[in-house]
Amino acid sequence: MTGTDTRKAAVVAFAQTDHVRAADGLSEVEMLLPVLREVLDRTGLSTGEIDFTCSGSSDYLAGRPFSFTMALDGVGAWPPISESHVEMDGAWALYEAWVKLLTGEADTALVYAWGKSSLGDLPMVLTRQLDPYHLAPLWPDSVSLAALQARSVLDAGLADEEELAGIAARSRRAAEDNPHVRQRGPAARTAGGYLAAPLRAHDVPPVTDGAAAVVLAAGDAVDRLTDHPVWISGMDHRIEAHGLGVRDLTDSPSTRLAAERAGLFDPGAPPPDIAELHAPFTSQEVILRNALRLGEETVVNPSGGPLAANPVMAAGLVRIGEAAARLARGEGRRAVAHATSGPCLQHNLVAVLDTDGAAEGEPR
Amino acid sequence: MNEVLTAPLVVEFPFTRSLGPVQSAFLTGLREGTVLGARGTDGRILVPPTEYDPVTAEEIRDLVEVASTGTVTTWSWNATPRRGQPLQHPFAWVLVRLDGADTALLHALDAPGGPESVSTGMRVRIRWAEHRGGAITDIACFEPAGDEEGPAEPAPHTGTFADPVTGIVAEARLDYTYTPGRAQTRYLNALAEHRTLGERCPRCRKVYVPPRGACPTCGVATDEQVEVGPAGTVTTFCVVNIKAKNLDIDVPYVYGHIALDGAGLALHGRIAGIPYDQVRMGLRVEPVWTEGGRYPDHYRPTGEPDADYETYKELL
Repeated sequence: MTGTDTRKAAVVAFAQTDHVRAADGLSEVEMLLPVLREVLDRTGLSTGEIDFTCSGSSDYLAGRPFSFTMALDGVGAWPPISESHVEMDGAWALYEAWVKLLTGEADTALVYAWGKSSLGDLPMVLTRQLDPYHLAPLWPDSVSLAALQARSVLDAGLADEEELAGIAARSRRAAEDNPHVRQRGPAARTAGGYLAAPLRAHDVPPVTDGAAAVVLAAGDAVDRLTDHPVWISGMDHRIEAHGLGVRDLTDSPSTRLAAERAGLFDPGAPPPDIAELHAPFTSQEVILRNALRLGEETVVNPSGGPLAANPVMAAGLVRIGEAAARLARGEGRRAVAHATSGPCLQHNLVAVLDTDGAAEGEPR
Repeated sequence: MNEVLTAPLVVEFPFTRSLGPVQSAFLTGLREGTVLGARGTDGRILVPPTEYDPVTAEEIRDLVEVASTGTVTTWSWNATPRRGQPLQHPFAWVLVRLDGADTALLHALDAPGGPESVSTGMRVRIRWAEHRGGAITDIACFEPAGDEEGPAEPAPHTGTFADPVTGIVAEARLDYTYTPGRAQTRYLNALAEHRTLGERCPRCRKVYVPPRGACPTCGVATDEQVEVGPAGTVTTFCVVNIKAKNLDIDVPYVYGHIALDGAGLALHGRIAGIPYDQVRMGLRVEPVWTEGGRYPDHYRPTGEPDADYETYKELL
């Protein structure tokens, strides 16, 4: 889906925590609050002035039922606000908010997401999202499943282990400029044996606690809230079959279709300057680059990406926020942001962002 | 800042799931040592079978029997097996396309030769579990096979077995380390010293008890600690006539909302030391601590005159 001629929505503010191995001693709302304050302060809005609030999280991460209701304390939910929650990455909460803005039912939306993976055993927690008859009883951990996909990529000749190591090194080098992430620097985990062959430690994302928040606006509210709006020109999400053995694990047709529907490949559209890809495993970046037809002209994961920090349930929203923040700073004029969910890139969301030529800098 | 409290938390959630015709046939088949697939609308044989075509979503019911030998389509090495996984010594996860099938099934491969002995394209066969009851774990794992070929053409199968499996109980257990966070740690630590500690919102000045670290009205952090109570006022109550499991309290008893003096909202607790039918709104109560208790056992009347309705009507 793309924005309509009469109504477009923009990212007007983004904030994130410093993503850490374990946000020791903080409850979820305590971890979230500084981010909510920061993102609202950037727009000058108070919680009561937001038209629609939507969040993404999973109770399974911290083993705390209905944890999102506790997190609502952080947004000032009384008197009652218009609010929704998805048990998904915050990128899907942003999608819901975006649709709400396009319908005209809201002019401003607060989107936030958080994950405290440190409280449980994340690779085992993620087995609970699998098909309950054929997969979940075997407890196949998320790293092993990603390794099956990586082997398919290697067998198909789409990359070799050296290229995967190169993706890891590039991501962590880029992360040196990002104060929020936890794996940075060329020396960080680039050596070592197999964690789940063919994946080595450097191919695998760090377990991370963190949170992020975005404010969206549409209509007159955009100009009121920012001088540097980043427009969402299109966004779409698509899902594939749940059976791993039914899918071609070397490709991501759902990403390709979502990108097409979001307008990434529109005739005459320039290639994106920036791509923020939610590829927690190095081999998944290879698949996504192909599906999104990214070439040399696109800088991939200048933030360091999920290989530098992977706060589950927030990492996809962070991709949209990072891409938007870079465009707002004039680092490019068009960006693609991607989020994924489920095992081996099962479900994918693609957002196309642009500054509508309003950013500083040389014309293309 | 004191050390934040943590505690081990085990969450167990066994789901009872019904199977429907296709999964019932598939899992009953495994019990009988027979692997069934379903023919998709494009003619592909899906193993494991699905009830609906993954491409067209059409209902599919056409079952076939495939071989118990197959080919590895991809694999990864699991050097450190975890609880619940099919083998407890190092093994390979494999996707296996069984002979006669067009899609692959996930399972473990027992490979005594280590990762060097595993490759994409290698031939494997099912090792059946000794005791089978109709579950994916009736396949214990795969094991390396020679060049033996199963029948390439899947044979039609009715999916009918005697005493079919119609449901499974999916056991699940996840282990966590729980932490209540900073505000609740302060509250719980104070409570262990028989003090009740609330936190004040810097904006609206309301005092939250128990504190959760944020004011839900203003959406800001609460960080000023305020001791409240110990006495308070019953704002509302109910008479409980159902005996709770594992609770050694005679019914009927009274459970009430109690606004501790200085608190901006009521907390709840049991009210005792007074006949249940004499508890009333406005009754003044105080906490009763048991030896070594980390929280009040119950609240009892202080003997003060009842509070005026005007003093607690905003706290109802």
